[in-house]
Amino acid sequence: MDAATTANAIEAEGLAKRYREAVAVDGISFAIARGTITGLLGGNGAGKTTTIGMIIGLVAPSAGRVRVFGADMAREPYRVLGRINFESPYVDLPHRLTVRQNLTVFGLLYGVADTAARIAELSADLDLAEFLDRQAGKLSAGQKTRVALAKALVNEPDLLVLDEPTASLDPDTADWIRGHLERYRAARNATILLASHNMFEVERLCDRVIMMKRGKIVDDDAPEHLIARYGRKNLEEVFLDVARGRRQPALAAEATR
Amino acid sequence: MRATVPSFSPRRVGAMILRHWYLLRSSWPRLIELIYWPAVQMFMWGFLQLGVARQAGAAATAAGTFLAAFLLWDILFRGQIGFSMSFMEEMWARNLPNLMISPLRPVEFVIALMTMSVIRLAVGFLPVTILAILFFGFNLWSLGLALVAFFANLFFTAWAVGMLCSGLVMRNGLGAEGLTWSMMFILLPLTCVYYPVATLPALVQPVAWALPPTAVFEGMRALVIDHVFRADLMLWALGLNAIWLAVGATSFVLLLGSARQAGALIQTGE
Repeated sequence: MDAATTANAIEAEGLAKRYREAVAVDGISFAIARGTITGLLGGNGAGKTTTIGMIIGLVAPSAGRVRVFGADMAREPYRVLGRINFESPYVDLPHRLTVRQNLTVFGLLYGVADTAARIAELSADLDLAEFLDRQAGKLSAGQKTRVALAKALVNEPDLLVLDEPTASLDPDTADWIRGHLERYRAARNATILLASHNMFEVERLCDRVIMMKRGKIVDDDAPEHLIARYGRKNLEEVFLDVARGRRQPALAAEATR
Repeated sequence: MRATVPSFSPRRVGAMILRHWYLLRSSWPRLIELIYWPAVQMFMWGFLQLGVARQAGAAATAAGTFLAAFLLWDILFRGQIGFSMSFMEEMWARNLPNLMISPLRPVEFVIALMTMSVIRLAVGFLPVTILAILFFGFNLWSLGLALVAFFANLFFTAWAVGMLCSGLVMRNGLGAEGLTWSMMFILLPLTCVYYPVATLPALVQPVAWALPPTAVFEGMRALVIDHVFRADLMLWALGLNAIWLAVGATSFVLLLGSARQAGALIQTGE
């Protein structure tokens, strides 16, 4: 399938991952349209991080496959890695390098034509100027998150994969990051996939939510539709219903009739 | 500004070298460490050689074989450590996933690590060879063009072992870090750094000859003591190194694949 012809940014078919006896992801299938923001929700151990790992090519599936812009990520990841980027609180940038040095290195790795100009743009967009020449390891949590986001945007990715993009941030900085992600998606028609435990964030940002539990997809819909189907006030209540197996959508629908 | 992804990019190799150069430049303890141990060991072997020469008057020790052996061993050891340390900096910094989801190819990563091993060795080795001239009157550089053959063969072995060690750390996490520091020492007695191969028991000698550095150290003794350059030994070492490098590269690629299978790349650590 040619990358230019597929309307979907991500297509997963029967995607599974087993670690010895443990099943982390259990044969899930989904497609994510280009230009959308999708939330991947689930409790700890639901399989979100493993799913993300398979999408970006860090984890090899045990079965099934995942295509990104038409490229099978287990067989031909280098066809599309230049169009993808990733941010996670579990991954750092080298602490002793300054922010500018880090962004220079990643700009060169991603083949950015004018790295200095791109860093200037990112610095203006993400308000990095004050600490651009400070070592990455000496920044506050909020500053580190902005720098990690700058690294994730250095190649202007068509697919941005974010694991807990606003974890441990104060509400002001988190709101600022969310605003930036919305603007980036709108400006570039980029696809964003994010895993988050912040339901407010997911409700605000996501066009669609995929809910996972024990390696399987247990629900998949727009946030407002999920809230309505479960007969709840917000996505956090829906999440708790799913995580604790308290109410099924059909029962919830009956209850609201 | 759209990124292009050629199959091999010198620019990406350069980016990785730049990343490690920035790191070295920013950390004086790292720079000092590159000189400190080679200097300490050079003095130890230099004085040992002086002491042995005074008591025994042996021609071989007076000719500087201990110091030459130490300096060549240091190329082998530091060459591997330089490769593996640069790799482990990515593990310590939790930066490996960032690299593995970038367009950086494994071959580009490995070439950058090889280049860094040369740079790191040069930073420590050049001052130490000058100290050897000043304190012990031993000039390694007087070995001339033969040094190129010695250096090349020792670096090839160092990179082969470095690829294997880095692959093991990538697959098994920082818990396997100890292998990086100790693996080369398995070769120390078998490669006959400080004594001729004939010293070993007859049964062990074929094992020694299967190790590329053995031919280099024998070649060094032939040059320093007998003033003969043994091209046959260098070609033997080169042939063995071709096999060692192929095994090292294959191990790295297989262990990278195994790390992807085990999910070891998504969260690097112990």
